[in-house]
Amino acid sequence: MSVVPVLAIERLVIDLPAGAERRHAVDDVSLSLHSGEILCLVGESGSGKSMTAHAVTGLLPDGVKAGAGRILLEGRDILGLGGHEMQAIRGGRIGMVFQEPMTALNPVMRVGDQIAEMLRFHGVADPTRRRVVELLAAVGLPEPETLARLYPFRLSGGQRQRVMIAMALALDPAVLIADEPTTALDVTTQAQILDLLGQIQSRRGMGILFITHDFGVVAEIAHRVAVMQAGRIVESGTATDVLTRPAHAYTRQLIAAVPRLQPARPRAPSSRPVLLEARGIEKTFSAPTGLFRPRRIVKAVDNAGFVLRRGETLAVVGESGSGKSTLARLVMRLMTADAGEIKLSGVEGNLLALPRRRLRRARRRLQMVFQDPYASLNPRRKVGDIIAQGPLYHGITPREARRRVDELLELVRLDASAADRYPHEFSGGQRQRIAIARALALEPELLVADEPVSALDVSIQAQVLALLDDIQRRLELTMIFITHDLRVAAHVADKVAVMRRGVIVETGPAAEVLERPRHEYTRLLLSSIPGRAWIACEAGAQDARGETMQ
Amino acid sequence: MREFWQRFSRNRGALAGLVVLAAIAFAALAASWLFPGDPWQMKAKPMLAPDASFPMGTDMLGRDVAAGVFHGARVTLTIGLASTIWATVIGVLLGAVSGYAGGRVDEAIMRFTEFVQTIPSFILAILLVAILQPGISSTILAIAVVTWPPVARLARSEFLALRQREFVAAALTIGLPAWRVILIEILPNAASSIIVMASLMVATAILTESALSFLGLGDPNLISWGYMIGAARAVIRQAWWLSVFPGAAIFLTVLAINLVGEGLNDALNPHLRRQGRPR
Repeated sequence: MSVVPVLAIERLVIDLPAGAERRHAVDDVSLSLHSGEILCLVGESGSGKSMTAHAVTGLLPDGVKAGAGRILLEGRDILGLGGHEMQAIRGGRIGMVFQEPMTALNPVMRVGDQIAEMLRFHGVADPTRRRVVELLAAVGLPEPETLARLYPFRLSGGQRQRVMIAMALALDPAVLIADEPTTALDVTTQAQILDLLGQIQSRRGMGILFITHDFGVVAEIAHRVAVMQAGRIVESGTATDVLTRPAHAYTRQLIAAVPRLQPARPRAPSSRPVLLEARGIEKTFSAPTGLFRPRRIVKAVDNAGFVLRRGETLAVVGESGSGKSTLARLVMRLMTADAGEIKLSGVEGNLLALPRRRLRRARRRLQMVFQDPYASLNPRRKVGDIIAQGPLYHGITPREARRRVDELLELVRLDASAADRYPHEFSGGQRQRIAIARALALEPELLVADEPVSALDVSIQAQVLALLDDIQRRLELTMIFITHDLRVAAHVADKVAVMRRGVIVETGPAAEVLERPRHEYTRLLLSSIPGRAWIACEAGAQDARGETMQ
Repeated sequence: MREFWQRFSRNRGALAGLVVLAAIAFAALAASWLFPGDPWQMKAKPMLAPDASFPMGTDMLGRDVAAGVFHGARVTLTIGLASTIWATVIGVLLGAVSGYAGGRVDEAIMRFTEFVQTIPSFILAILLVAILQPGISSTILAIAVVTWPPVARLARSEFLALRQREFVAAALTIGLPAWRVILIEILPNAASSIIVMASLMVATAILTESALSFLGLGDPNLISWGYMIGAARAVIRQAWWLSVFPGAAIFLTVLAINLVGEGLNDALNPHLRRQGRPR
């Protein structure tokens, strides 16, 4: 390791505009990144980790300014450099990869042309096609010749992120800044991209500043780690030290919040009565692709079936586009299935074909919690009204409804005063609690949760999962839990169903599916979990600690 | 509400518009008190230039122009507001159903909307008033019938987008019927853009009403600004005051409404606020 760091951030302070929740976005942060190493900057949303990266690239948002400190790139202070100088550094000496590969590329320009344009801008006189193709090949894209001629919309998310990496690497930068580059990707794609970044880093010997919220990813890729909380670095050190012997309480809390892969729940006794039985559910989407081309037909759900006993949790796991959310919406009758049958105990006939009036009565027995707590609460209504709405409609008195709202708020551990406030006054985790309270207001028997924690920070995620678990036990709820994260599934589920391209490829008790997967796709998903080895040994260590404590 | 007012008052033009509009509304309300009696009544010699006793002069038959302008404000504002309310109700209803239901219903309603839009609106308004007999209610109806399509299109696009939001799905899983979802869940979220559009439509409605009255298609028993200008056009070279005062009244009202509409847009749709204004 060289003595002089390639990137050194010294006592950086970034001021927030007046009226923000704290004075400094980044407060007295010092970091050093040597060439040939990957430094992971870890923190939850609002911790200032992205702001730090923006300061390095000179892309701070309007109204936010660096107040003090220095940023040394190869020994030269680049903080506060003018537009033109910074432009030459961005892309030239500092490469950047962002979170959202879907919007980072210009949609109306061929991939190859975008890379060539960027080379030209940085003074490469004649960026030949060959150079572009070489770059694309270097990031492991198949058929780079053909791919260079495609428009971005033809590429998958993972492929686009590879193109972004190719662009970032085009001019051999000394530093690569990767801001949550895998957060928007599926777990198998994430594993490939992490692998690629590791390879490129060791081949080219650049320094990578890798920003993430996921300790699994840290375990997978980091050499050194810095943990940020509320604008300050609370702990830093080598990856092994921080991951296995976290010193700061906040780091310990973050690590503890990472869901373990071990199934957390004992198997529910299978003698319980069946609540819901689904068979042969099908849903096909078709979309016109062009005037003379045939319609594109996608089988979103293909012959899906499962049995749910009372008090059981079924986790439906799959990557994006696997049809897991469609399945949830079909069960909830938010969409109409093309074929199939669902039997709900106590309801005569097929739930999927129930006439409107009888469906309305059956609806209150099935309730749903949605993924995005920012979109699932009506911004124009007070929390109390949102929760009380269902019971009121189904005919209880306003007084009773009021009492019910108080009970439910207490159940999800919110203050009773929340009822008179609007959703925007709450944080993401609190909103998700409100959404859960709303779903429980009708005393449902089945709760369908569609990625209820994936929009939340990891520590909040752990709280919401614990809350759901607790409520489920208390109210004997049956639950369908849709998730892309096997770790979360392991945490909540009695049974796991793995979906790929509309088909349930494997289903069984959680322990069996996670420990002895039969289908190769399940195995692939399991092996793609970031930081898998670390999680396993961490869990082992915790067990050991637990035993010594006893 | 306080926040709304703060954002609204930051737009100086909107405040000025609001003051002017308030003055005009006051004029309309105070007309019978300030100018008692029938404004069609002859008060003095014809064609008197503005002076102290008749600040806006008198017309060809010796009627007080000021009385006409004040009483005309009533008619003009009534027609502007009433026709806008009707157009908004029709437009929101059709747009909401169209955007919410989607599919064939949407196709049918949107094709019908486009059909109405292809007819030159002023000609249609003239035709409707001519068929229905000139009168205040037929004017209101005619203006409403020709101005609802843009509202329907706006409401449709808002409903189309809001319908996909998860809080709508949540309301459906509770078992709420469609009409409640439309009225209680979606409409309040779409209201701000619709209110802004409606406020600007009042101005257009007033202009249309003036044009209809100018052509002699207004209510023959009610005096209105458009009628006054229409009647005065023959003597515009001898008696400028006959057309200038009602004309100025129309100009000020329409301008004020447009300014207030802009202010409402700033206050209700803060994320759409035009760039470059200090925050």
